[in-house]
Amino acid sequence: MKGKCWKFGNNINTDEIIPARYLNTTDVKELASHCMEDADPNFMKKIKVDDIIVAGDNFGCGSSREHAPIAIKAAKISCVIAKSFARIFFRNAINIGLPIFECPDAAEQIREGDEIEVNLTAGEILDHTLKKRFRFEPFPKEMQEIIQVGGLMNFVKKKMAVG
Amino acid sequence: MGMTITEKIIADHSGLKEVHPGQFVYADVDICLGNDITAPIAIEEFEKAGISKVFDPEKIVLVPDHFTPNKDIKSAQQSKSLRVFAEKHHLKHYFEIGRMGIEHALLPEKGIVGPGDLVIGADSHTCTYGALGAFSTGVGSTDLAACFATGKVWLRVPESIRFVFHGKAKSWTSGKDLILYTIGTIGVDGALYKAMEFEGSAISNLPMDDRFAMCNMAIEAGAKSGIIAPDKNTEEYIKGRFKRKPVMYHSDPGCNYVRTYEFNADKITPQVALPSLPENTKPVEEVSGIKIDQIVIGSCTNGRISDLRIAAGILKGKKVHPSIRLIIFPATQEIYKKALQEGLIETFIDAEAVVSTPTCGPCLGGHMGILAEGERALSTTNRNFVGRMGHPKSEIYLCSPAVAAASAITGMITPPDEIIKN
Ligand code: SF4
Repeated sequence: MKGKCWKFGNNINTDEIIPARYLNTTDVKELASHCMEDADPNFMKKIKVDDIIVAGDNFGCGSSREHAPIAIKAAKISCVIAKSFARIFFRNAINIGLPIFECPDAAEQIREGDEIEVNLTAGEILDHTLKKRFRFEPFPKEMQEIIQVGGLMNFVKKKMAVG
Repeated sequence: MGMTITEKIIADHSGLKEVHPGQFVYADVDICLGNDITAPIAIEEFEKAGISKVFDPEKIVLVPDHFTPNKDIKSAQQSKSLRVFAEKHHLKHYFEIGRMGIEHALLPEKGIVGPGDLVIGADSHTCTYGALGAFSTGVGSTDLAACFATGKVWLRVPESIRFVFHGKAKSWTSGKDLILYTIGTIGVDGALYKAMEFEGSAISNLPMDDRFAMCNMAIEAGAKSGIIAPDKNTEEYIKGRFKRKPVMYHSDPGCNYVRTYEFNADKITPQVALPSLPENTKPVEEVSGIKIDQIVIGSCTNGRISDLRIAAGILKGKKVHPSIRLIIFPATQEIYKKALQEGLIETFIDAEAVVSTPTCGPCLGGHMGILAEGERALSTTNRNFVGRMGHPKSEIYLCSPAVAAASAITGMITPPDEIIKN
């Protein structure tokens, strides 16, 4: 995963990620077109495929709506790095196959616009602009497995086909 | 090393002798729950995956409670999808209106959940059942869909924080006040990802209804779950309701808590949470006199029979202040009927309050009491976020049923002992 960093603060809630006024659709492209709209109205115009969101504490707090991680994933953001995630957002992100990483040091030091690379297996975030390396505790392999197959339902289907 | 009650329940449901915080497990679920907002997405996911059978028709509970009786065509469609799914898969626990109640009051009352259970629900307040000594947590719709198929959920074993309440709560201090005080102390992310374990003499003395209110609001501190070890009160409560064999887990001496908070319950007075976060708490005396437009008594936090008894006790023989709209929501049909038999409903109507059928209603700004711009509500519900009960420029203050009832009489936030001297 490699891309440019877009930075956000603490307690970014699900209403900022995908405002409730757009919840009358489950069309992922439409959801993506409003991604982060209430946190940064120009977000979708600025980003490129594979860019990375870096945020502070409690990212994704508020309602349990799955539309929030879906919008980010459909906007082709490659991953989200934060100091911490709200619990149900965390689950939902894993379950729909959106890679997320908790790394307080990286979330603190990385600046907007920096070129970032995440090395999953090494548990490392590289900031090529800052020339700095941050370590994170990789998620248990079971969680990575869910993300890799594209989410929980794919994982379940695979398991059920085998079992 | 010893294990906490939470670790023990998770270990036993994962086929493991031992688990520790941070560990990833697949746990067997005793009961999984969805409502008219979250279950439609889960049903869609389940069907999209092409799975034909649910794992167990006796372990899935569907409760259309948020926008029911259906408030508009969209909500009618959502409820219908639950009804159709329940019929198709012969679900034992589908609750149509007339039989339903707010999910987190209904499941314990019907004996569907009990001590030692592992429960997940696609609703953040699923943590309520921790009051029975169960591990119970809110999840997303995809989690629910996967559970429909497999009966399992993935979990990261949470760390536990212990909250010890010494002494005995004073007469107007309820479980709601203890939990508001706790959230005020640790903040809305003070227990992020963690299990909150409540104990101490004040908790042993606390009636079940108050314990439900406490565990209900664990999520308001960011927690994964809240839990109270089962005791005599718990056994008394589940008698005649819970038909499976309860498993009474307790934390081992010397088990691992990341932190312990100790509070003196005698010193905690009724609390009010100011807009727009549950952590903005103040003792009621410090905010008394704030004028209110609407008061709501009900919800999965405080719509139980003892909440209604307390409110009726204060309102008996009095009238709601002319500038106030008082809306009362018994949480389930059984509570509604009991309130009727005990004359509480008559007291409310004589006091000129509105009494509604069980529904989530105004708690989430759904229907039955939406606020206009600039209006201020005092509510026994659990969230006072911006716009939660209506217009983004309306305000919500959170409190106990006693404070709500006392304030209904005066039209402004009022400590209950100003109305009823003990
Ligand atoms: S009463 Fe309120 S908090 Fe409880 S389940 Fe309903 S909407 Fe959610």
